[in-house]
Amino acid sequence: MAEIRKATGFIDWLDQRLAVNKFIKVMMTEYWIPKNINFLWAMGVVLMVLFMILIVSGIFLLMYYKPDINLAFDSVNYTIMQEVEYGWLWRHIHGVSASVIFLVIYIHMFTGIYYGSYKKGREIIWLTGMALFGMFSAEAFSGYMLPWGQMSYWAAQVITNLFGGIPFIGEALVVWIRGDFLVADATLTRFFMLHVLLLPLVILLLIAVHFYSLRVPHVNNQESEEFDFEDEAKKYLEGKKVESKVVPFWPVFLSKDFFVVGVALTIFFYLVCFHYDFAMDPINFEPANNMKTPAHIYPEWYFLWSYEVLRGFFFDIAGVAAMDIGLAAFGFANVIFMLLPFLDRNTDHVAPAHKRPLFFVWFWLLLIDMIVLTVYGKLPPTGNNAWVGFGATITFLVLFILLPIITKMEANCKCNTGGCK
Amino acid sequence: MRELKILAIVIFFTAVVYWGVEPFAHSQMHPHVAPADFAFKDLGVNAKKGDAAKGAETFLNAGCIGCHGVSSQGMAAPMDNASASASFGVVPPDLSTAGAIYDKNFLAALIKDPTKALKVEHKFNESRPHPMIAFFGLGGDLDQEVADIVAYLQSIAPVTPLDDKQVYADACQRCHDIKYDKVMSTTDKTALMAYMGTLPPDLSMMIRSKGAEYLTTFINNPQKQLAGTSMPRVGLNEKAQNQVVAYMEKVGDRKKAEREDLGYKLIGYMVLFTLLAYAWKVKIWREVH
Repeated sequence: MAEIRKATGFIDWLDQRLAVNKFIKVMMTEYWIPKNINFLWAMGVVLMVLFMILIVSGIFLLMYYKPDINLAFDSVNYTIMQEVEYGWLWRHIHGVSASVIFLVIYIHMFTGIYYGSYKKGREIIWLTGMALFGMFSAEAFSGYMLPWGQMSYWAAQVITNLFGGIPFIGEALVVWIRGDFLVADATLTRFFMLHVLLLPLVILLLIAVHFYSLRVPHVNNQESEEFDFEDEAKKYLEGKKVESKVVPFWPVFLSKDFFVVGVALTIFFYLVCFHYDFAMDPINFEPANNMKTPAHIYPEWYFLWSYEVLRGFFFDIAGVAAMDIGLAAFGFANVIFMLLPFLDRNTDHVAPAHKRPLFFVWFWLLLIDMIVLTVYGKLPPTGNNAWVGFGATITFLVLFILLPIITKMEANCKCNTGGCK
Repeated sequence: MRELKILAIVIFFTAVVYWGVEPFAHSQMHPHVAPADFAFKDLGVNAKKGDAAKGAETFLNAGCIGCHGVSSQGMAAPMDNASASASFGVVPPDLSTAGAIYDKNFLAALIKDPTKALKVEHKFNESRPHPMIAFFGLGGDLDQEVADIVAYLQSIAPVTPLDDKQVYADACQRCHDIKYDKVMSTTDKTALMAYMGTLPPDLSMMIRSKGAEYLTTFINNPQKQLAGTSMPRVGLNEKAQNQVVAYMEKVGDRKKAEREDLGYKLIGYMVLFTLLAYAWKVKIWREVH
């Protein structure tokens, strides 16, 4: 045991027992961040703030919510929205941040793709990030079900039914997931448990790993420039702050983050109080009715692109049922982003997309294609809509098949250090 | 400068997604319908000028009070709610306020041909007659007699404005619950289910599931928004219908005023926070640039 002497103050007392000074250095004041990064890198902190908001508002909602199919709808729409003081505020905050968090996740993800932050030494950051995305999706879906509205119920029917497409074990798996032959009370209570306990725990753990995985390879920067963090940190500590390429996380980097978070939360509270409807499907204000199918069943906006991939194949091809092809494509869409670091065959070269001509085109095509998928995922899949959806689905698949090819071409091109002019 | 360019790109793509998922998709899924028609033009116009005094007589002779009560005139409903539900499928309305809340033209058309005015011809026919029997007249000029009855109903209608909840009670409560305001339908549920073919929905949250705009065209003419629905056209005049929608908003969106009031404070707070954060950021980064 370290020698414990009489403390000079409270911080010193803590320091001798918990090494708080060292901890603050490692985590904050000597955690080095490249200076050359733009506000897109603040999205991580915005996500963290939104996630905290979700947890806090969720705890308040949890005090009044009843996970029972006969009580759930009224406990949300009457007890929480009307009886509890400011219950509406917590509910809107929870609902709106659940939706907004996905927008920020997508921005965060596309930032990583654009600047090549998933490559060379940063694979674990990317993998844990994508795992977080998966967990957030499960978290969002399980939470969406809880108010037991019309769309929650039917979305649960459709989504749980998807597992039925898995060969051999499909049907049994669907029953196992639902806990019943139909989406019913057993389904609601288990999704409640997943939403408030198991998934948040996994998410918290993954966030910790995601942060930790940044420590060794360090954060990427706007130019994807590689430099020696220790040298730069030394310069900074010596007082050559302007010359140094890094800044400490606290207070320099966070001062910028606070500003970005401030802007984000201003917009957020506008949405919460005046424009919450985009995050709350009106159909969910009708109680679940298993005898009445809604005219259109669609998920929340952030799942629309993969939903459209699922239903993009609307006709049988070579004797394979459209449903099965769709399901395979859906499976592909849901794992393919995870594999990005390995599909990019130009492994050594980290550079932003604007310095990689072929990849640059690929990036914007992917973004536009995913927006087309998102919009058409909401529209009724009839007539021309079905064909646009089909085309966008094929484009999505082809883009990912092409990625290893174009990045290999880029790697083989010797005209400069990776990446053709 | 570069950051502003990036911000513009982020905003642009976010806006495109928003536009596609919200307004554009809605316009595709819910095609626009003609605005509410409070003149009930499709029913034609009864040009006869009614005489309230004669109308009172005609009203009694026509047998209206065999089914309807007019409580304000001391005429109680002939049956209690349970028996009325069992006999007619739905409790017939008390007519004390009918002259104030229903359109005059609609009332005249309703008395002459209920299924046509209510737009429930798809449900009622010769073999399944509508519980309200069409009025074929007492032998004189039918249109004149009808105009007289309407004039009578208007003459007995309350002069002081009705409150929103009262209009709802007279126009909708025979079939619909609003359980969040502890208001339940007067008709027995089993009878109602058999009569309508489906249980009319609770309206507590309808303002949020359908929105004021949809409700305005729907109540005015349900078939226009939902072809084949069992909901009859109600025939409310514009003022009364707005009162019904206002009442639904009062129940379903009770915290609206609080929400908007708090909204300005929260946004104001965050704007202040942002400005201070920006000032702090500028101060700190001056050293490192």
